Amino acid sequence: MPLELKNLYDNFRDGETIKAYAKMIAEDAAKLDRTINIMEVCGGHTHTIMKFGLPQLMPKNINFIHGPGCPVCIMPKERVDHAYVLAMQEDVILVTLGDMIKVPGSNGSLQDARSKGADVRFVYSPMECLKIAEENPDKKVIFFAIGFETTTPMTAVLIDQTIKQNVPNLFFHINHVTVPEVMQELIDSRDEHVDSYNNKIDAFLGPSHVSVISGSRIYEPFPVDYKRPVVVSGFEPVDVMQGISMIVKQFVENRCELEIQYTRVVTEEGNLNAQALIEKYFEKVDLFKWRGLGNVPRSGLKLRDEYAHLDAEVIYKDVLPIAEIEDHKLCICGDILRGMAKPPECTIFGTACKPTSPLGSCMVSSEGACAAYYKYGNLL
Amino acid sequence: MCLSIPSKVVRVAEDQTMCTVDTMGVQRDANLMMMADDEVKVGDYVLLHIGFVMNKIDEDEALASIETYREILELMDEDERKQAILEDDECPRRGL
Ligand code: SF4
Ligand code: SF4
Repeated sequence: MPLELKNLYDNFRDGETIKAYAKMIAEDAAKLDRTINIMEVCGGHTHTIMKFGLPQLMPKNINFIHGPGCPVCIMPKERVDHAYVLAMQEDVILVTLGDMIKVPGSNGSLQDARSKGADVRFVYSPMECLKIAEENPDKKVIFFAIGFETTTPMTAVLIDQTIKQNVPNLFFHINHVTVPEVMQELIDSRDEHVDSYNNKIDAFLGPSHVSVISGSRIYEPFPVDYKRPVVVSGFEPVDVMQGISMIVKQFVENRCELEIQYTRVVTEEGNLNAQALIEKYFEKVDLFKWRGLGNVPRSGLKLRDEYAHLDAEVIYKDVLPIAEIEDHKLCICGDILRGMAKPPECTIFGTACKPTSPLGSCMVSSEGACAAYYKYGNLL
Repeated sequence: MCLSIPSKVVRVAEDQTMCTVDTMGVQRDANLMMMADDEVKVGDYVLLHIGFVMNKIDEDEALASIETYREILELMDEDERKQAILEDDECPRRGL
C-alpha cells in the first residue's frame, strides 16, 4: 500500500522519545507544589500540541495556554477592510499570502471581493509580486504584507528589489507585527486579571522561526524583568516535548532563564543581514491593533517615511476606512488570544462558528486555536 | 506543518542572488537575498522558508536531523518522497 503524505507527518516523530520526555516531565513536575502555565506564542506550536495530543501526555500540574499565534488570526477587521477596499480599486491587483484571503472583514473577505470581480491573488513567495507587476504594467500591484519577524525580511527583500529594479507599479500595505511586544502586553494584561482568572502565564515556549531571523536575544527581558522563563523551540513534537521539559526543569531547579531548544538553526544573534534589511525599510508604529487584544504599543511595523511613495496606506489614504470596528459579540477570540479561555468555552464553537462558516478569525486560519481544536477534537 | 528539513547548497549563482539546494535528493532554487554576500557557500546546510534561505544550519545538527528524516522517507516511493519534501516548504501558512 502506498504511503500517504499524512503518514510521513504522523510517523515522523519518534514515539519512544516523546514518551521518554513525558516521563521525565512527569517526574520533574511531581517535585513542584504548584501548577505551571506554559504559553506557546505561535500557532505552529498550538498545532503540534493539539495534533499529537500532547496535553494528554502532561501531568495535571502542567497546563498549556495558547497565545496569539497566527498573523492571520490577529489581523483586526480594520486592516482586512483596508485590503478589501484596495482590492476593489480600479486597476489594482491585490496580492497576499496564506489564509488571509478567507478572513471576513466588515464588507466581506478578499474572497468575496474576488467574486465581485476584484483581482486578488495569493502567492507562495512575496517575490512573485515582481513578476505580476512586470506582466501587468497598466495595473498597480499592491502587496498586502502580513507576518511576524519570520516573513518581515522577505517583504524587505521585495522592497529592496522594487527600488533597485525601478519597478514603477508595485506598492505595499504593511501589516508586519512583532512578538516580544505582544508577549509583554499579554503578561501585563493577564497580571491585571490574575485574581478573576486565577492563573497566569508562568513561562513561554518561543517560536523557532521567529528567532532564526531575530535571534533568541529578543526574549532576554522576559526572564530578567518579568521573571518568566522562555525556551525557544522547534515545531516537531519531540522539539516541543523537549522544550517543555527544559521549562519544567528550570522551575524544579529554581532557575529563570532564556534557553534554546532548537539549536539546529537558532542562535543568540539571528540573521544579522536580514535584521539590517528590516531596519533599513521599516520602523515601529506607536500602536498596532491586534484582533481581540486591542492596541499594543510598538508591536507593528510601517514603511519608513522615505519610502512613502511605495506605501499604499499613504497613497490610498483618502479611500481607506478609519472607523473602529467591534468584533462579533459572542466571539471570545480576544480571551483565547490572551490565553484566558479555551475554544470550547465559546458558546458558538462548532455550531454557529466552524471552519466552513467562521465567525472569528481564530476559526478562519488553520493555525488558529479554534480551528486546531475543531480539527483535532474529532469534530470533522 | 513545518518539517524544516535541512537543505544542502549545491550551486550558488554568480551574482549571489539565487542558489540551488538539494533537500534529500530533491533539487530546487532558493532566494539568497536575505543572506550577506559570500555567506552561503556550496556545501553549506541551510533552512528554507517560502523560497528563501533563512539561515545556515550547523552541519552536525543538520546531518543528525537528516538521518531522522531519511528513515521515514525511505519507506516512500519516488513521487511521494518528492511531494513530501516540496510540501515541507510549501505550507500555505508558512512564514507567517
Ligand atoms: S469559536 Fe468562533 S466565534 Fe468562538 S471564539 Fe472561536 S472563532 Fe470566535
Ligand atoms: S508554516 Fe509557519 S505556521 Fe505553518 S507550520 Fe510552519 S511555521 Fe507554522
